[in-house]
Amino acid sequence: MQLTTPLASVLTDVDFKACLYILSFGLFIYGLSGLTGPKTAVRGNRIAAVGMVIAVVTTLLVEDFNNPVLIIVGMVLGTAIGVPAAQRVKMTAMPQMVALFNGVGGGAVALISWAEFRQTGGFDGVATYIAIFSVFSAIVGSVSFWGSNIAFGKLQGLISGGSISLGPLQLPVQALVAAGTLACGVAIVADPQSEIVIVGLLVLSAVFGLLLVLPIGGADMPVVISLLNAFTGLAAAAAGVSLDNQALIVAGMIVGASGTILTQQMAVAMNRTITSVIVGGFGGDSVAPAGGGDGEQGTVRSTSAADVAIQMAYANQVVVVPGYGMAVSQAQHAVREMAKLLESKGVTVKYAIHPVAGRMPGHMNVLLAEADVPYDQLKEMDDINGEFNRTDVSLVIGANDVTNPDARTKPDSPIYGMPILNVDESQSVIVLKRSMNSGYAGIENPLFFNPKTSMLFGDAKGSIESVTEELKVL
Amino acid sequence: MPDLLTGVLAAAGTSETSNLVTNLAILVLAGFVGYAVISKVPNTLHTPLMSGTNAIHGIVVLGGLLLLAEGEDLGTGTTVILFIALLFGVINVIGGFVVTDRMLEMFKTKPTPKGDAEGDA
Repeated sequence: MQLTTPLASVLTDVDFKACLYILSFGLFIYGLSGLTGPKTAVRGNRIAAVGMVIAVVTTLLVEDFNNPVLIIVGMVLGTAIGVPAAQRVKMTAMPQMVALFNGVGGGAVALISWAEFRQTGGFDGVATYIAIFSVFSAIVGSVSFWGSNIAFGKLQGLISGGSISLGPLQLPVQALVAAGTLACGVAIVADPQSEIVIVGLLVLSAVFGLLLVLPIGGADMPVVISLLNAFTGLAAAAAGVSLDNQALIVAGMIVGASGTILTQQMAVAMNRTITSVIVGGFGGDSVAPAGGGDGEQGTVRSTSAADVAIQMAYANQVVVVPGYGMAVSQAQHAVREMAKLLESKGVTVKYAIHPVAGRMPGHMNVLLAEADVPYDQLKEMDDINGEFNRTDVSLVIGANDVTNPDARTKPDSPIYGMPILNVDESQSVIVLKRSMNSGYAGIENPLFFNPKTSMLFGDAKGSIESVTEELKVL
Repeated sequence: MPDLLTGVLAAAGTSETSNLVTNLAILVLAGFVGYAVISKVPNTLHTPLMSGTNAIHGIVVLGGLLLLAEGEDLGTGTTVILFIALLFGVINVIGGFVVTDRMLEMFKTKPTPKGDAEGDA
């Protein structure tokens, strides 16, 4: 309580700091509300960042400042790692970057709970609710950290993108680990001394996180990333309650709420429940029930870049349907070049974006925005579906399941009921694909065998570039 | 009812139980605010939204800062744990905001079609 100056006494006053925290979370909310439109979004994000700076500075207003060197080194080192990573990452690698940043956030929450446990001698003499909230944030933070790292590994191609599971043992093992985690949690709240229990808790929740995400295949990644984001938010909010820090509570809870909404929207867009995604389903490499083996149902018509160019050049309206394949071959700039050329020939070009195209919510929009595609040419599914019957050519670039008509017509299909882009209603469909392998969901797509459809095989970027070359000489 | 509300709000900081109640009230309200604000975000901006909220939950860095700055004689183990937590939190916050800014800058350009005719290779 050594107050050196009147200023210091004001700065370290509890109510003054509480007001600064209120200011900072006010800025978070105001900033996030700016994200509702592309024009206000940049400013909104920066306003939220200002809120963050205020919150950090406020936290450092303590009378006896301990560990200053450590804190400075930590902040400088963190910046030195975070900024270059964020600046260099390619837009196509954005899903794994977000997964990674989300993971370290979750890891931070879990570690803070651990440190809190150690510092209070296992929550000895601390209100029970503080222990409960801290245990909650340790569990959820750890699940989020390991789950996100697996998601990162899958998206980065470090581990198989398909489903990795224990088969029939998956659910029992998962339940056992969950029970063990909860038992550790109860033990910590009840018996305040043993550190082995919190380590056990962190390890078990880590295993749970691995078991949770490993069986989920690439196609379900938008749902998973969004869910893990919500987890980290909720863990942060719980940490806020246990540390009695209102800025943490509000910020964490807002993220928790937004992550939950997004997850829900993604699941709805795939006509699946969040539970069915987590329990694991077609996201894996399980072979499709239809067809059997790699038997083809009917004939596939292959076409050439020159034909595609002619077809599109004489069209009134071309709708581009991008999917993960466009991201993989980084074809977005080539697509934009081609679209410009088509527009100069008087063709209307629009882009149909399925909510779960790609590997994270809004993935395609980011890539096309990177290639300077005008914002108002990007059409959401409900807006564009009515237009396909007036469309001459639908150009499907590396998208598969989101165009599969089985979702409308075949009740025994795993994706039956999922809202899709009705490209088969357009005059003709051109599908750019590397080979006839089925998509991420491992389901045959009858669109490819439709008489209206012709396939242009090859790497999406290369194919688009050769189409562009052909367009130039037309 | 008003009595209950003022009671809850006035009790802030007086005892542990009322702290819990205040914080729970804030927690619930923040959840609804988050829901209300975020439901208006269009599909197109979902990636920046996720990455932006991702940066915001990096606010857990406060927990690390708080425990480090206020803690005396933490011991090596706890100090190391907190240092890693701080490092993780800073990466989350800074990386998250920078990456979101990069993405949003791309969306900001040219809201009208045919803004640029030639020029970019």
